[in-house]
Amino acid sequence: MRAKEKMIELVMLLCSLLTVVTTAAIIFVLVKDSIGFFREVSIGEFLTDTQWTPLFSEKHFGILPLLCGTLLTTFIAILVAVPLGLIIAIYLNEYASRKISGTLKPVLETLAAVPTVIYGFFALQFVTPLLQEVIHGLAGFNALSPGLVMGIMIIPYISSLSEDALRAVPQSLREASYGMGATRLQTALKVLVPAASSGIIVSVILAISRALGETMIVAIAAGQEPKLTADPRESVETITTYIVQVSLGDVPQDSLEYNTIFAAGMTLFVFTFLLNNISFWLRKKYQNRYE
Amino acid sequence: MKRGNSNLLTLKDSAFKYLGITCLVIALSVLALLIWDIFSRGLLRLNWSFLSNLPSRHAEKAGIRTALAGMISLLLFTIMVAVPIGIMAGIYLEEYGRKNWFAKFVEINISNLAGVPSVIYGILGLQVFVRTAELGNSLIAGAFTLALLILPIIIVATREAIRAVPSSLRDASYGMGATKWQTTRRVVLPSAMGGILTGIILAISRAIGETAPLLVIGALAYVPFIPEGPKDQFTTLPIQVFNWTTRPQATFIVNAAAGIIILLTVTLILNSIAIYIRGRWYKKISY
Repeated sequence: MRAKEKMIELVMLLCSLLTVVTTAAIIFVLVKDSIGFFREVSIGEFLTDTQWTPLFSEKHFGILPLLCGTLLTTFIAILVAVPLGLIIAIYLNEYASRKISGTLKPVLETLAAVPTVIYGFFALQFVTPLLQEVIHGLAGFNALSPGLVMGIMIIPYISSLSEDALRAVPQSLREASYGMGATRLQTALKVLVPAASSGIIVSVILAISRALGETMIVAIAAGQEPKLTADPRESVETITTYIVQVSLGDVPQDSLEYNTIFAAGMTLFVFTFLLNNISFWLRKKYQNRYE
Repeated sequence: MKRGNSNLLTLKDSAFKYLGITCLVIALSVLALLIWDIFSRGLLRLNWSFLSNLPSRHAEKAGIRTALAGMISLLLFTIMVAVPIGIMAGIYLEEYGRKNWFAKFVEINISNLAGVPSVIYGILGLQVFVRTAELGNSLIAGAFTLALLILPIIIVATREAIRAVPSSLRDASYGMGATKWQTTRRVVLPSAMGGILTGIILAISRAIGETAPLLVIGALAYVPFIPEGPKDQFTTLPIQVFNWTTRPQATFIVNAAAGIIILLTVTLILNSIAIYIRGRWYKKISY
């Protein structure tokens, strides 16, 4: 009996250790194969060269153009998602009835559940032609359309998590504000949002991290031209798109060209890893502030 | 306070209400527009032969039979790997693990894994399963990759569900002389089942739509047959959709839209089921 209980506990411990092994394996794979890459390309060149052309005959290995594409699409997405998400969170929390917000929250969350390959199709086939009607010089592949669609997709990350944070603000603070004659808007903006600020920041960080790592929308609709540009009308290539592009091509494995995906993946991983850790730390630090 | 000032404040207050409603309408109408666009493009293409035909170079003759079969087998393998491991890890961390630095480390680690971009899981799967374990771009390599990807979702859902079980139930069980495992299996798990099930369904829905990690492990192959064993090559519906989306011919775009109708319908149904189960379970668990 006791032996059986111990056995079960051990098996369960091993299952939870698998998550640690997974992280270790991710880091190991990225580092090991990046080393192969950095043996031939210096880190200085990687970080400062302004061209990324590993698949051409004249090769350049500067990550900046890919990073630029990634940041540009993410920036557009955040520009859409933060105002919409925050306003929706405040509306659901302070204005809508419990019943309405209880129904709308899950409906809104389906935005984040739609497979991203579908959003990619939508961005390329519907949004881009629509935008081309109004924006002069918008390329067939561009940063704007997938950025906007990605922004809609990550709204629930911000609206749901921020609404949770707003709801966690003690009722007493709300009542004090209303007692002073403040309106709902004043209460929301001057009392609730500051009180819930850490939770709101966490939601924005997670949304940024999600947008940085998004692959299919940008792979389908943003194009495959690594470019240092801030013009959203142009075609760009993100880190994620590049990784998919190389995987789909016929680059010989273990060649320098092939190893670029590990250096690119490493760069992406460092960004999302930092953002995730910051958000985790913030959440832990402020979690029990009002309990 | 002057009267005019207070009027202005009330005005701003109700203006914000309409701003909030407008933002909600914008977000939801994009979803509606997407659904309308996909259906108006692809609905007429949906027929029995589209579901039962093999892939083809001719858009009118191409079907999603191998993609559907591949997707179902891939999901079954993924579930078989991820569900037991995820639930056991969740139980251990919530019921057994001591609250020390190690528990904290594992917790940070899981929250990190949940935030790792799926394309990175593809790189992991490529190097570990496809190449080092020499599984090739097979069904089982894809399943292992997706299993690692959805593991954090299942673990987090299991932990939250177990945390919601009132401790009075555990105490009653211990009071009757039950051991820890007996209590976990017969009391805690049944009460937490609704929450765990919700997490599993959401994880499956996520796995169904994943495309990027499968592309990275090399699943974009022309597969004119239904996989019969775990070592066979495969294709799945999202990959077939991606393949058709990237073709220039309009007829393939119609095929992509028709494939998307199926993919989207399955995803939305799974999510609705998850929301429904979660709602019922919450009512039941809050005694």
